[in-house]
Amino acid sequence: MDIGNLLARDRVGKTFLTLLALFAVVVSTLNLLVPEASALHVSTFTVTVAGKYLCYALLALAVDLVWGYCGILSLGHGAFFALGGYAMGMYMMRQIGERGVYGNALLPDFMVFLNWKELPWYWLGFDHFWFASMMVLLVPGLLACVFGWLAFRSRVTGVYLSIITQALTYAFMLAFFRNEMGFGGNNGLTDFKDILGFNLQKDGTRVAIFLLSALFLGLGYVTSRFVVESKMGRVVTAVRDAESRTRFIGYKVEHFKLWIFVFSAILAGIAGALYVPQVGIINPSEFSPLNSLELVIWVAVGGRGTLYGAVLGAILVNYAKTVFTGILPEVWLFALGGLFVAVTLFMPDGLVGVARRLRLGGVR
Amino acid sequence: MSTVRIHGPVTDENDGIASPELDTAHGPILYLEDVTVSFDGFRALNVLSLYIDDGELRCIIGPNGAGKTTMMDVITGKTRPDAGTVFFGQTIDLLKLDEPAIAQAGIGRKFQKPSVFEQLTVFENLELAMHTDKRVWPTLFARLNSTQRDDIEIVMETIGLTAQRRERAGSLSHGQKQWLEIGMLLMQKPKLLLVDEPVAGMTHQETERTAELLLSLAGKHSVVVVEHDMEFVRSIARKVTVLHEGSVLTEGTMDEVQNHPRVIEVYLGD
Repeated sequence: MDIGNLLARDRVGKTFLTLLALFAVVVSTLNLLVPEASALHVSTFTVTVAGKYLCYALLALAVDLVWGYCGILSLGHGAFFALGGYAMGMYMMRQIGERGVYGNALLPDFMVFLNWKELPWYWLGFDHFWFASMMVLLVPGLLACVFGWLAFRSRVTGVYLSIITQALTYAFMLAFFRNEMGFGGNNGLTDFKDILGFNLQKDGTRVAIFLLSALFLGLGYVTSRFVVESKMGRVVTAVRDAESRTRFIGYKVEHFKLWIFVFSAILAGIAGALYVPQVGIINPSEFSPLNSLELVIWVAVGGRGTLYGAVLGAILVNYAKTVFTGILPEVWLFALGGLFVAVTLFMPDGLVGVARRLRLGGVR
Repeated sequence: MSTVRIHGPVTDENDGIASPELDTAHGPILYLEDVTVSFDGFRALNVLSLYIDDGELRCIIGPNGAGKTTMMDVITGKTRPDAGTVFFGQTIDLLKLDEPAIAQAGIGRKFQKPSVFEQLTVFENLELAMHTDKRVWPTLFARLNSTQRDDIEIVMETIGLTAQRRERAGSLSHGQKQWLEIGMLLMQKPKLLLVDEPVAGMTHQETERTAELLLSLAGKHSVVVVEHDMEFVRSIARKVTVLHEGSVLTEGTMDEVQNHPRVIEVYLGD
């Protein structure tokens, strides 16, 4: 399956991927090659913020796959994102070694503080980057697999499913808040020094992670496009619109839902793993139900069931958040809620829907 | 509008019929024996026994609440009976299978309310229904080969929707949706077709074509039709089964059942 063929019918997608590549090249060039004194220089802080947005966009893509195409409104996708983030965070914790506050080469600072004598078994292996990377995929994937299998097999759908996904992420938040869990309690994991031997404070490392985020967003988009353009894409759309009918023509609906749910959870995990080195911290608040609700709003604002709409929504809403929380922090949540209501009432197909209508109007 | 092709969509290596394991050597293709279904104490099916022969076209009539739809639900795996046995051929125990497995075993169902996938095009609806490997991974990498494309073309021709191939199913008229659903049924290449009120909301002309199509299918397939339209039933039926209060009231030709005193009583009220 070559990419050219796949994107031949996806003109917006091609534009998006071109812009993404251009954006990645321009931002990194302006940061690394243009002197700091120049007006054109892009600060490393900005690079990191941009990288964060790209991770959010990948996460939104994951939500759009399950919600927009398969009709599974997951209000717990933040959990998969956070688990991917924790897996990467654990690797970076192990890389600190004896440079921690307590100078203990064997244990991370928070374990020394808690008076633990040895590393818990589930931290073993996280010294290795390859192992942590595998866990980034496996942990969210397995959780989605077990959770999805139980939920879909019992034919839990609609609002009930949304509520239990919300409960899932809430349960994770409460669990990770506990010090005894061994993930740093409410402080989470932070104070990272380097990744694969590269200093996280260096501009070059920051730019590299930013570029990787762009790359994975691009790859995530192309793979997701492949999935939704395949026959499976049509099957999940059929499931979304008439689940029991799909069963009667011979598709095991549960298996399709499970596949796309797991795939989406893995994408979310990757987004989380790229996010944590850029923000430098992962703590249980990432599991907060509010985060997962926000994701859904990004996708709704952009326009669900289009993939690029999700990306657009994630970037715009987060940009608005950055601006708003700078000017009027206490108003942000109201603005977000208002936005969701407005989108639902006035533009059910999001910005992409509005753009389509304008274009159709222009043709006439 | 094209005329109905008799063997059009149903020709391939296993004779167009997708049920290799089906054993009908001893006559009937479908056995329902002593099937009982209760909903909160109400017996929708009451020790119902029914046999459908291989290649037969059977009409099932009965007043509202007689259990016609529940019977279809039991056969297709949607409802589990409290008691009784349901066999497809000699060997396939339908009570052990779920809906997709029953569909893949060779039982296709057309619903009372036209249920097509409204967001998908006519072509895509038929593609999804097509008999093929319907597991997850093969579906992800599925590509239509030329035989499959031809099959879809032939069915589109048969149901008269070739011109609408790229239209969303949601934008079709009621009658066209009914036909599309029949087309989806054909794509599944089932051995047994369960057709629930196929001519509801159809024009007189459409009804005639539907009758023609169903008649052409019988023989190669077994067809069970549930219908309220008596004129339609008369035009296609060889054997009619009357259901009443969850069990068989009588069976016979249309004339026989129409003159049966109990049937008159049930339909006209006592």
